[in-house]
Amino acid sequence: MGILTSLRPRASTATSLAFLLAAALSPVPATSRAQTIAITGGKVYPVSGPAIENGTVLIRDGRIVAVGANVPVPADARRVDATGKWVTPGLINSSTHLGLVDIGAVPETRDYAARGRDGVAAAFRAVDGLNPRSVYVAPAREDGVTSVVVAPAGGMVSGQAAFVDLLQANSATDMTVRAPLAMVAQLENAGSAGAGARGELLLRMRELLEDARVFGQNRRAYDAGSSRSLVASRSDLEALQPVLDGKLPLLVSVNRASDIQAAIRLARDYGVKLMISGGAEAWEVAGELAEARVPVLTGALTNIPTSFASLGSRQDNAALLRRAGVTVLITGDGGADPTAFNVRNLRYAAGNAVAYGMSWDEALRAITLAPAEAFGLGDRYGALQAGGVANVVVWTGDPFEFTTSAEHVFVRGREIAEETRQEELEERYRKLPPSYYPPPH
Amino acid sequence: MRAVIFALFVMACAPPHAPGTPSPRAATPTTGREGGQGAGAGALSTPDDNPFPSTYRPRPSRPTVLTNVNIYTAAGPLIRNGAIYIRDGKVVEVGQSVSAPPDADVIDGQGKYVTPGIIDTHSHLGVYAAPGVEALSDGNEATNPVTAQVWAEHSVWPQDPQFPRDLAGGVTTLQVLPGSANLIGGRSVVLKVVPSRTVQGMKFPGAKYGLKMACGENPKRVYASRGPSTRMGNVAGYRAAWIAAEQYRRKWDRWNADHAGEPPARDLGLETLAEVLRGHILVHNHCYRADEMAQMIDIAKEFGYSIRSFHHAVEGYKVADLLARDSIAASVWADWGGFKMEAMDGVVGNAAMLQQAGVRTIIHSDDPSGSQRLNQEAAKALAEGRRMGIALTDEDAIRWITLDAAWALDLDDRIGSLEPGKNADLVLWSSDPLSVYARAERVWVDGALMYDRHDPTRQWRTDFELGFVPAGGTR
Repeated sequence: MGILTSLRPRASTATSLAFLLAAALSPVPATSRAQTIAITGGKVYPVSGPAIENGTVLIRDGRIVAVGANVPVPADARRVDATGKWVTPGLINSSTHLGLVDIGAVPETRDYAARGRDGVAAAFRAVDGLNPRSVYVAPAREDGVTSVVVAPAGGMVSGQAAFVDLLQANSATDMTVRAPLAMVAQLENAGSAGAGARGELLLRMRELLEDARVFGQNRRAYDAGSSRSLVASRSDLEALQPVLDGKLPLLVSVNRASDIQAAIRLARDYGVKLMISGGAEAWEVAGELAEARVPVLTGALTNIPTSFASLGSRQDNAALLRRAGVTVLITGDGGADPTAFNVRNLRYAAGNAVAYGMSWDEALRAITLAPAEAFGLGDRYGALQAGGVANVVVWTGDPFEFTTSAEHVFVRGREIAEETRQEELEERYRKLPPSYYPPPH
Repeated sequence: MRAVIFALFVMACAPPHAPGTPSPRAATPTTGREGGQGAGAGALSTPDDNPFPSTYRPRPSRPTVLTNVNIYTAAGPLIRNGAIYIRDGKVVEVGQSVSAPPDADVIDGQGKYVTPGIIDTHSHLGVYAAPGVEALSDGNEATNPVTAQVWAEHSVWPQDPQFPRDLAGGVTTLQVLPGSANLIGGRSVVLKVVPSRTVQGMKFPGAKYGLKMACGENPKRVYASRGPSTRMGNVAGYRAAWIAAEQYRRKWDRWNADHAGEPPARDLGLETLAEVLRGHILVHNHCYRADEMAQMIDIAKEFGYSIRSFHHAVEGYKVADLLARDSIAASVWADWGGFKMEAMDGVVGNAAMLQQAGVRTIIHSDDPSGSQRLNQEAAKALAEGRRMGIALTDEDAIRWITLDAAWALDLDDRIGSLEPGKNADLVLWSSDPLSVYARAERVWVDGALMYDRHDPTRQWRTDFELGFVPAGGTR
């Protein structure tokens, strides 16, 4: 991106009292400045409803207060002229290690994979290692990604994912919207969990859920040492309780159609709320997924049989799933690091889904409202509607196109235009040889 | 993701060609049997410059005219609403209109777009085939830091299901390289993306070989326990290899001049390196960091070879002036970075800044998914350049994946642009290929229609896919 000057608005004294009140009453933390912002004149895509020509999005104190064609603009509002521009909810990338890795090959910067015990790390909260200063936050946000799911990986049960806003924050706590958001697991790679076959991996998972149930029903006996031995640690068994209660989704990474079916059976047997990620062959069992109301997180660039579990991988997987009535969450994929350095490329994944059969509206939903709803945050995230958190992006055009830029990015009602490390590098080397020091005259 | 990162570590790399040595074009082959035929006396002791000759033959084609198309020729401005006439595997005429002969098939392009066939200078298709199992992992002979003796073509599996997907992405020519585990990884091979039982049937006739070299983290990580374990160890390794190669070249050149006495002993690795020194093989050098590229340029000068292209050149923008000065091309990604220390400073402006400095700039993939979408990668790099205020044209971005890539393979006289006399490798796109919504609809190789998105009989399925991969559908 080009070199941006800081566009950060200053809070007016008139709104600061309102801000203090709002801060006391709402979960929007103090990092969002008190102010009223009116984005006017743009083509507004609320996602929760039809597009609005010449619409206005009114933001106050970090929340969207009105969206429509005839919204009165308060006199004290800062006006953002979006004439000729497209306005969408901030994008949500549902599959990242953002903030959990800086340099993939440098282990000390890598914090998404717990060691766990026997492939189980249910109590591992990946977000506890989140670095809010990660240099990949700003580039993602600059391309309109305002929230991400930060997920662990590895083992059979990897740990807990969190939903975070890409604030310019000093604290992971400020960024965190919900943690835990989901329990992350995988049911296709037996070896990584010390099992020797698919069936054994499933057996391990069933044993774990059985024992978590036993633990939940007999905590006292467990703590008194009078329980039979259980297959996981106390903290892991405890962390699985909301999964068994059907409150915390189990986000299972599987690709082969038969593995997806096995995951559906398991979820049914234990009353678990299931989500599938990967899902290369999900299109082959789209009807079953739709019937079981299982959302699928999948990329849009995948068409290579990269493993024997993804032989049926095809370009139009997302479109076929959607057509069958499955909730689809589009995630990044492809060769470039889509989970950290290139979290920003989410919008191009959506564009590719459109190229291969998904409707444009559905593709936008798949990176906004669909993930918000699937994770139980649809009342506050993923749409431009009154009461929602003001994560809003003003684009120069179609957000899926390469020529388009995000001109204004608001996170919790605050515009953020932070120069990225990459922009600093580009600027430094615009003229060769560069002049490091002293500065040229 | 971890698998992807691992693949990057092991695989990522690329090479260049060297100036200052005899011009590759003017160079004559060493001795040997042309085409590998007619083994005669001395065949075993005299190097054969072409022991695995191409058996590729263009498929049957019909004279074809595409009308009502917007044509990126890669040799000039976009021709709006133009036409192109191909016959006998060659481009005959391109322009606003062409003189269509009566026997030609005429295709109304309906306002769609045409480009030259896309060329990927950095591929591991066939050598790291799908599925990515150990038994098909044939890209790195990671048994010694210098393995100039190996040839990538001997690892290529023609039934890799990634080949047809690349073709469906508009890619007609690939350089398949050994991986980057080694300082000197071996010979690359230039392939046409066509079905064949044998790799010989895919080899681009007459294409030069490349030599894969690699800088930085990969070799020193792979050989940490036996050396090289440092970047200084890497450099000592390259220099030792070239010293041996130079000696070998002199010995053989002397013997070739008079055939006096016993021929010198053959050494496959040194033979390849000597061919680089003679200017017959192009050096493609995987190198991320600016400071290391500057050192590789000095090493090339020390031994009198040229670097044809740096590959990856993630920090190319920091030394774009040095690359331009020595006519070294840069094969780069649009937006990769961060996955290892030497990739930390990746910027999306890299390609634009290189081009602005006068470097021949190429968008490459090093990745089977990215290779299918090089048009999108070019579009990303173009957009970033414009955001930075660098004056670039759409045509520049197309050249990054066509004519400039052809130059890096020294094939720019045959492919890479749509001009009369050139090979009729072309792609019909559903819309402007710089749009995210564009898809390759038809692909011609040497004038033959090899892919048609709307005709299942023109969608190549590899042997592997039969039974394993459900038929039909969009892939």
